[in-house]
Amino acid sequence: MSTTKSEWPLWEIFIRSRQGLDHKHVGSLHAADAQMAIENARDVYTRRMEGVSIWVVESRHIHASNPAEAGALYDPANDKAYRHPTFYDLPDELKHM
Amino acid sequence: MEKNLEEIFQDKIDREIRIEPKDWMPEKYRQTLIRQISQHAHSEIVGMLPEGNWITRAPNLRRKSILLAKVQDEAGHGLYLYSAAETLGISRDEMYEQLHSGKAKYSSIFNYPTLSWADMGAIGWLVDGAAIMNQVPLCRSSFGPYARAMVRVCKEESFHQRQGFEILLTLSKGSEAQRRMAQDAIDRWWWPSVMMFGPKDDESPNSLLSMKWKIKRFSNDELRQKFVDICAEQVKILGLTLPDPDLKWNEERGHYDFGAINWDEFWQVVQGNGPCNKERLGARKKAWEDGAWVREAANAYAEKRKNRQSVNAA
Ligand SMILES: [Fe+2]
Ligand SMILES: [Fe+2]
Ligand SMILES: [Fe+2]
Repeated sequence: MSTTKSEWPLWEIFIRSRQGLDHKHVGSLHAADAQMAIENARDVYTRRMEGVSIWVVESRHIHASNPAEAGALYDPANDKAYRHPTFYDLPDELKHM
Repeated sequence: MEKNLEEIFQDKIDREIRIEPKDWMPEKYRQTLIRQISQHAHSEIVGMLPEGNWITRAPNLRRKSILLAKVQDEAGHGLYLYSAAETLGISRDEMYEQLHSGKAKYSSIFNYPTLSWADMGAIGWLVDGAAIMNQVPLCRSSFGPYARAMVRVCKEESFHQRQGFEILLTLSKGSEAQRRMAQDAIDRWWWPSVMMFGPKDDESPNSLLSMKWKIKRFSNDELRQKFVDICAEQVKILGLTLPDPDLKWNEERGHYDFGAINWDEFWQVVQGNGPCNKERLGARKKAWEDGAWVREAANAYAEKRKNRQSVNAA
């Protein structure tokens, strides 16, 4: 494609919907730079006051774990049920714990 | 390994586990999704044109603000969907190129003209209504980014349909001429809306695979029947009629029977011979070409801003 060279870079958009909550990934968009990405994100992803804060990260800077290696990657946590409170057998009389 | 990749993939689908962009997927699944999502995106973008036609002529400021907001939403829907398609490895420019060259299709409904203000009502009620019927099950589509985009879209669509019905309701309570205008709009938009669900099930060869892969959850005919059943009741509130002499409640089936669809017209419009195909595509190409300087200027401005920042930092 002749025009692909000039295509604006892709940005991943994260929005904090309310003060006190985490920024959450909502999608992506194209923009020439970070400032314009924020302005575009306002128009594309917060038309109904869905956000109080916007983060934009150029997509090429996102590094992801490989889904094919998920088994090995998460294996260390697999056999550690004792990390969960429900693992422990305690009498019903025990309150406030 | 006992199971091959294809079996593992199908097993995930069967267990309702969403497929994400970096997961292994059959090439045909990828291609089917790229085609479907990009066509859907194109439909949202081209779909702005018939309604855009009436923004400057809306009857009052309230209607104008609403129509502007709706059309802006459709632009947003197009953008959500383009970005979902891009996760599958096609670039935005490639998709535009496919639209502009006529290689990619978009929903045929947008190749019909908007002749009166009442058309804004009929489009909201029937066209957005049919779109919602199609889109709600897509919120559970097996491909994660598509399903998530559709959740956003569906949340926004509901006002589109309600504002359309409100336009028709207002006209239906107006003068005789206004009632006639509303009826005329319904008469023109009804059949093309019924066709929005696509070919009959036995003539829709790709549907089976899409159902197996849970890209689609209901067949074209199932959704179409549901749409007819709902509209046949809603039109009574308007005191108007749907242009189908064969529309009749069938007690036994528990559904409305309806008349034969003009499939010849459907295929004519799909193949590019609808009343506005050339005009719509022409408008999109012109917008793309006329916008070239904006894309370049934004790049130049970004470059300038970057240089200024590095000077300041030095
Ligand atoms: Fe839409
Ligand atoms: Fe849509
Ligand atoms: Fe809509």
